[in-house]
Amino acid sequence: MKKVQFQNRWIPYLLLLPQLSIVAVFFLWPAAEAVRASFFLEDPFGFGSTFVGFDNFIDTVSSSDYLRVTRFTVVFTFFVTFFSLGLALLLAVKADKVLHGSSAYKTLLMWVYAVAPPVAGLIGILLFDQHVGPIVDMAALVGWKMQIGVNYFDTGMAMTMVAVWKQIPVNFIFFLSGLQGISKSVQEAAAIDCRSGIRRFWTVTFPLLAPTGFFLLIINITYAFFDTFGIIDVMLKTQPGNDPITLVYKVYQDGFRGNDLGGSSAQSVILMLVVFVLTIVQFRLIERRVHYT
Amino acid sequence: MTRLRLLDHIILLVGVLFMVTPVVLAFITSTHDAVTIYRSGLQFTLGDNFLSTYRTVLTEAGGFTKQVDGFVMLKNSLILGLGFSIGKIVISMLAAYAIVYFRFPAASFCFWVIFSTLLLPLEVRILPSYEIVQSLGLVNTYTGLIVPLIASATGTFFFRQFFKSVPEELLEAARIDGAGAWKFFIDILVPLSKTMIAAIFIIMFVYGWNQYLWPTLITSDETFFTLVRGIKQILQVWIGAQIPDYNEAMALAVLAMLPPVIVVVIFQSWFIKGLVESDK
Repeated sequence: MKKVQFQNRWIPYLLLLPQLSIVAVFFLWPAAEAVRASFFLEDPFGFGSTFVGFDNFIDTVSSSDYLRVTRFTVVFTFFVTFFSLGLALLLAVKADKVLHGSSAYKTLLMWVYAVAPPVAGLIGILLFDQHVGPIVDMAALVGWKMQIGVNYFDTGMAMTMVAVWKQIPVNFIFFLSGLQGISKSVQEAAAIDCRSGIRRFWTVTFPLLAPTGFFLLIINITYAFFDTFGIIDVMLKTQPGNDPITLVYKVYQDGFRGNDLGGSSAQSVILMLVVFVLTIVQFRLIERRVHYT
Repeated sequence: MTRLRLLDHIILLVGVLFMVTPVVLAFITSTHDAVTIYRSGLQFTLGDNFLSTYRTVLTEAGGFTKQVDGFVMLKNSLILGLGFSIGKIVISMLAAYAIVYFRFPAASFCFWVIFSTLLLPLEVRILPSYEIVQSLGLVNTYTGLIVPLIASATGTFFFRQFFKSVPEELLEAARIDGAGAWKFFIDILVPLSKTMIAAIFIIMFVYGWNQYLWPTLITSDETFFTLVRGIKQILQVWIGAQIPDYNEAMALAVLAMLPPVIVVVIFQSWFIKGLVESDK
């Protein structure tokens, strides 16, 4: 904090009042409500609720449905994170290297950032459409009958591809700015010591990018968990039971479609713990990034 | 060496094609009529239905109640994008100013309360949030649409970080000159933060414009639909139809992405600065 500061009895509270009141009403209250509801069994028609302790959690965790959704979430998160980070890193390294047209490449590779997830999902549906989709036609050439919205695997794969497409720009921007932060003298010294460009990348550039990479890893996991909601919601054709959905989507589905308030809240609380851990890790990484750069 | 360069360019071009093609296809498809698309798949050359498709999407009332057209949704999207970004900037600048520049007993407590909002995205507390907004009678209002989204602390952190990097001497000098807290904020800190404000504005505008889940829950009245929220609706009408209006759906998608894409491309350098420095 600053060494020189204003001292006033009420001005700081006045300044904080708008933010704090919004946080209290639209954050603290609902969060507390979610925790409370997770311990109660609510009547779906609103005729009251009974305290059931940890029953909601036990029911949730032991249901085969929840395990299936968890498995999909883990696989989905892994592939989205892996491919969007990998492709973005490749493109950033190349964009950092080329002399001609680098700003054009930069613009063309990052603008998809501004496309909303559900809009990306809508375009995805079109590309994977049964009647008109070119990707389905291409898959048919190699004998793969792709059925988005019907086949569990096909739908999950299409969602993953759209989610990767949507996330590449963010990773690209961060990797590129990380690469441009590596000092020229380090790169030149490495170039003198080692002729092989590929080895130079893995032994010098890659370790220097690691802090950015770790940070992006967290960002990407958070993205795959939460921000893909729009993609999933648009790409599903709402045939419950056999849909590839993520844990966050299930919270929404059980709460709003299934009217299972207690179960949905218990799932929320479990997710809160996941986010809590992710955020703590993320903040420790930010502290470290600030230290070294 | 030259061969390597060529390989670099080829990889980059493939990357660009991967990123750009889906959207270009969506746009090209939107310029054909529905029957052509239905009969012969996605189109790869421009059609001649550009004007009529976009006129239909923008001006013809659709949806279940026939009350909402593209212009209304565009207006709602703008209100959400601008209301969210401006509201967030004002509120978080005030809060960050208090936290960084004032000595008061509850400072660190307030900071941690605001910090805690980063721990829980709206998606995981969606049901109780909805119930509270509903009990406050804010369903189908712009207030209910915008204000709960502002609750997260990203902006406050951004400005806190920036204010901390402002040299101490400025405040000392201002105090010697007799400037009070308010005058220092308006005359020195705000002008100093101009670039930061621009950067965060772009990110927040895109974020607000692209909101989907919250608008889906909080607006059941079609006159409050945003473009991004309207997509699901279009899709539901579309699935039921004999010959789906692929062209209109794609035109809507293009309209929904156009304003944020333009903002990001034009103000690219500010946008990148804001994104990389805010770390969120």
